[in-house]
Amino acid sequence: MTEARLYALQRLSAVVMAPLVITHLITIMIAVQGGLTAEEILARTQGLSIWAVFYTVFVLAVAVHAPLGLRKILIEWLKFSTRLANGVALILALGVLALGLRAVMAVTGGGA
Amino acid sequence: MINPFKGQNFLLFDAGTPLARPFYSFNILKLKNRYSQYLNNNMMKNGRAMNDISIPIQSSTDKPDQLTVNVWRGGDDGHFDQFIIPARENQTILDVVSEIQQRHDASLSYRFACRVGVCGSCAMTVNGRARWTCRTHVRSLKSDTITIEPLSNMPKIKDLAADLSPFIDKWGAAGSGFKSDATRHDAPAKIDPNSKKRKAANDAIECINCGVCHASCDVVKWNDNYLGPAALNRAWTLVNDERHTGMAETLEAALGSGGCSNCHSQGNCMSACPIGLSPTRSIAGLKKLSLLAMLGVKP
Repeated sequence: MTEARLYALQRLSAVVMAPLVITHLITIMIAVQGGLTAEEILARTQGLSIWAVFYTVFVLAVAVHAPLGLRKILIEWLKFSTRLANGVALILALGVLALGLRAVMAVTGGGA
Repeated sequence: MINPFKGQNFLLFDAGTPLARPFYSFNILKLKNRYSQYLNNNMMKNGRAMNDISIPIQSSTDKPDQLTVNVWRGGDDGHFDQFIIPARENQTILDVVSEIQQRHDASLSYRFACRVGVCGSCAMTVNGRARWTCRTHVRSLKSDTITIEPLSNMPKIKDLAADLSPFIDKWGAAGSGFKSDATRHDAPAKIDPNSKKRKAANDAIECINCGVCHASCDVVKWNDNYLGPAALNRAWTLVNDERHTGMAETLEAALGSGGCSNCHSQGNCMSACPIGLSPTRSIAGLKKLSLLAMLGVKP
C-alpha cells in the first residue's frame, strides 16, 4: 500500500474516531456517577446491540489508526526500516483488533 | 503572514552597511550628514576594536561593547571557534561574519552575494535557527553571545558553507521541472489572474530556494526520503500552473512515498521562511489533492 493511502487511512480513521471518543468519554463521566463496579457496567452494556456496533467500529478505527502512528514514530525517531516498522505495526494492529473485539463481545454479549 | 517585501524597493533597505547607506535618501545634504555620522560612529569603534578586542562590557548601559561569537569551523566533524568582536550601532549577522573574516581569520569560509535580502545565499543557522544573516540584526537576537553554524539537514562543506546539493536534488525529484508543449510561435497562455489556481500558485511562487525551510524541517531531519517543504511548495505551484504539461510526473513525486503525506504540519517551514511564504499551506493543498485523487477526483 502506498504512503499516500496509509496517510489517508490514518486521517479517515481519525475522523471516524473523533465522535466516538467524545461519546465514550461523556458516557464514562455519566456512568461513574453511580459508582464504578463491574456489575454496574455490565448491567448497562450487556445485550444492547447499539453499544456492540459502537465499540466494534471504535476498535476497527483504533486498530487502523494507532499502528499507523506508531509506524511513523518507529521510522522517523527510532530509524526502523520501513519493512520492519510495517511488521511491528501489523502485529500491533492484529493485537488491538483481537483484544478489542474480544472485549466488545464480553462487555456487550448477551449476559454470559 | 505578511510579506515584508511587498511594495518595497530593495535599494531603500537599511542593510546597515556603508555601501547600502547612500541609497537611503536622494537628498544629498541629508545623505552627506547621515554618512559622516555613520562613519564617526563606526570608525571610532573600529579603531578601538583593532587595537584592543578585550574591552569589558560596560555596566552603565544595556548595550554590550562586544559580542562573543561562536563560529562553526570545518566540515561535519568540525568544532566551534570563538571570536570577540565589537558591538556596533547597526550590525547584521552577515556584518559580524564579514568582520571576523576580514579582521580575525581570513580562512573563514561563508557564502553571500547581495547583502540586502534578495538572493538568499547567506542563509545560516544563527542561535539555533536558520535565517538570512543579512536580514538578521544582532540586536534582534537580544543576546551578546551568538552561535553561527551552516544550515542544518545538509552536509557541511567548510565552516559556514553548507552543501546544498541534497536540497537541490530533492527539489528536482519533486517533479519541479516546468514542462510545456507550447513554442515561441504560440500566443502566451491566457490565465485569469483571479482564478483559484492562479491565486494558489501566486501565494507560493516567490520562493528563491534559499534552503531555510528545508534546514528548519524536523521531518527532513528524520526521514531521508522526504522531499521537504521547498520542493513540495514548488510542486504545488506547478500543480496550479495551467500551462504545465508534466502534471502526472509532478503529482507522482509530490504525492508519492517521499511526498506530502510525510509532512506533520508542524509549520517550522512557515515560521522560518524569510519572505513569509507558507510551504505548510502548499503541502496541505497537495494532501487534499492526494485524498481527492484516491476518491477518483482529478486535479
